[in-house]
Amino acid sequence: MTEAQRYTATEILAILSARQLRDGQVVFAGVGIPLLAATLAQRLRCPGLTILFEGGVIGAFVEPGKLPPSTNDQRCTKRANMVLGSADVLLLLQRGYVDVGFMGGAQIDQYGNLNSSFIGDPAAPKTRLPGTGGGNDISSLTNMIVAMKHEKRRFVEHVDFITSPGFIRGDESRGESGLPMGGMFRVITELAVFGFSERSRRMKVLALNPGVSREEVQDNTGFSLDFDETTAMTEPPTDSELQTLRLLDPERLFTA
Amino acid sequence: MLEAQLEPYTRLRENISKRDRSLREKVVSLEEAASFVQDGMKVGIGGSTMSRTPMALIWEVIRQRRKNLSCSRCIVSTDGDLLFGSGVSDHIITSWFAQGILWGLSKVMRHHVETQKKNYEEWSHMGIGMRFRAGGMGVPFLPMRAMLGSDVMKQRPEAKPVNCPFTGEKLLLVPALNPDVALIHVQRCDQYGNAQIDGLQFMDIDLALAANRVILTTERIVSNDQIRRAPDQTKIPFFCVDAVVEVPYGSAPHECFGLYEPMLKHMESYVAQVNADPVNGMREYLERYFYEPKSWNEYLALIGMEELLEASQRGRSIYND
Repeated sequence: MTEAQRYTATEILAILSARQLRDGQVVFAGVGIPLLAATLAQRLRCPGLTILFEGGVIGAFVEPGKLPPSTNDQRCTKRANMVLGSADVLLLLQRGYVDVGFMGGAQIDQYGNLNSSFIGDPAAPKTRLPGTGGGNDISSLTNMIVAMKHEKRRFVEHVDFITSPGFIRGDESRGESGLPMGGMFRVITELAVFGFSERSRRMKVLALNPGVSREEVQDNTGFSLDFDETTAMTEPPTDSELQTLRLLDPERLFTA
Repeated sequence: MLEAQLEPYTRLRENISKRDRSLREKVVSLEEAASFVQDGMKVGIGGSTMSRTPMALIWEVIRQRRKNLSCSRCIVSTDGDLLFGSGVSDHIITSWFAQGILWGLSKVMRHHVETQKKNYEEWSHMGIGMRFRAGGMGVPFLPMRAMLGSDVMKQRPEAKPVNCPFTGEKLLLVPALNPDVALIHVQRCDQYGNAQIDGLQFMDIDLALAANRVILTTERIVSNDQIRRAPDQTKIPFFCVDAVVEVPYGSAPHECFGLYEPMLKHMESYVAQVNADPVNGMREYLERYFYEPKSWNEYLALIGMEELLEASQRGRSIYND
């Protein structure tokens, strides 16, 4: 079996995202791949990972095969340490108790700004998207990991609308906007793992996924990417990662 | 516009002083409870997404064909579709609007916002929370640190970025939201309205304190003695509440913590029908499930015994080890 056939695009997305988390961290997870990846990390390497959900949950252990259809459903509370109001769990971000925020994305730009509100002109939108939910709060207040599909129309120079702020216009603009803490940390796609340069705050490639070339990543991106001299090649998903992931999502709700 | 949204403090106080806050029985029918909602009102909706949605009240408000409601809820799901699609609301204040992550974008929301120019007023989730909380605290605004720097903030002239008078830092002030009436569904309450909520409480406590009136639907009405045996479980005090209706499965087809999970087969067929044709599909759905049934129980019967039982089995399993 060739490398590419061993797993789907969403499976490698979930697995590489899970690898970014560290035991002992407090992670605020959105629904879908983030929830799945955080739960995967908890099962594989990070039993002490504390997962927060915007519905008002601290420290859940989501049950395999019973993934919640949103982060506001009762399944999110399984084996949690505490449930509280949604405004209060979001305020934990503001106070600083959260190490990592973890979300999906519809459209992202070179500075890590995310758009989930409008395609086209907001005054007369081509498409009205669902909106921020807790995304704006999470990305405003903590360090972010974003897991998303890699397509040219999703990786654009400037997003149509900044729903969830990354580094705004780069350099110091995030802090100057009133967001002194947090910012984009990693972007994970089925093609590569990205970080952001210290100074300019532009997106750069940290590592290529197995079997993916620099050209392939650049061709699927709507702005020019920097590649470090040291751009690494990511280790392929292990059998244990794939098995555990498939155990968590046997119906393939989020890993189609 | 902002001035029109913010109620003067003296009027907020007056509204409360005029309410009968005595420990009195306030059980009414669903029809009577829904009639507290009048055309043009600001309506706050409890629960979140597909959870503890006051669906029976929304159902009855739609049947009573109210108009021009301005509705607010932390996150809306199919309830938002139904409020726009039925024509009772042309303004929804929320942070996220789709049927559910499993189904992508809501074609109903898109149709009403993109072509009918109905207003989906977007705030961050915490922004909605701080607005209800300020409303519940009796102050005109609260400061917060999210939304700054984003286009979500730029779309909201009602929110004011300021420099903190103590530290000089940038902060965002969000205005209080005091709905005319709040619709909230709970697992149990007594005939006076002492409401106990199991599991996720979302923003319901702030919403109940912020609103000028509160209508509760409850899975069951229990005795006041039972409430008094576990007063720590009471999340909304009786004097906030103006009417109580006992409505088993009052969130269907959404979930109610510990009792039933979302009725996903019904949700899936709903989504397929309205996303295929947001106008006619919605009209047919409303006709069949909202206008034609003679009672809430008849609506539940249309969802079907099997689906209700499956949802209940899954709902109760949250307590299994």
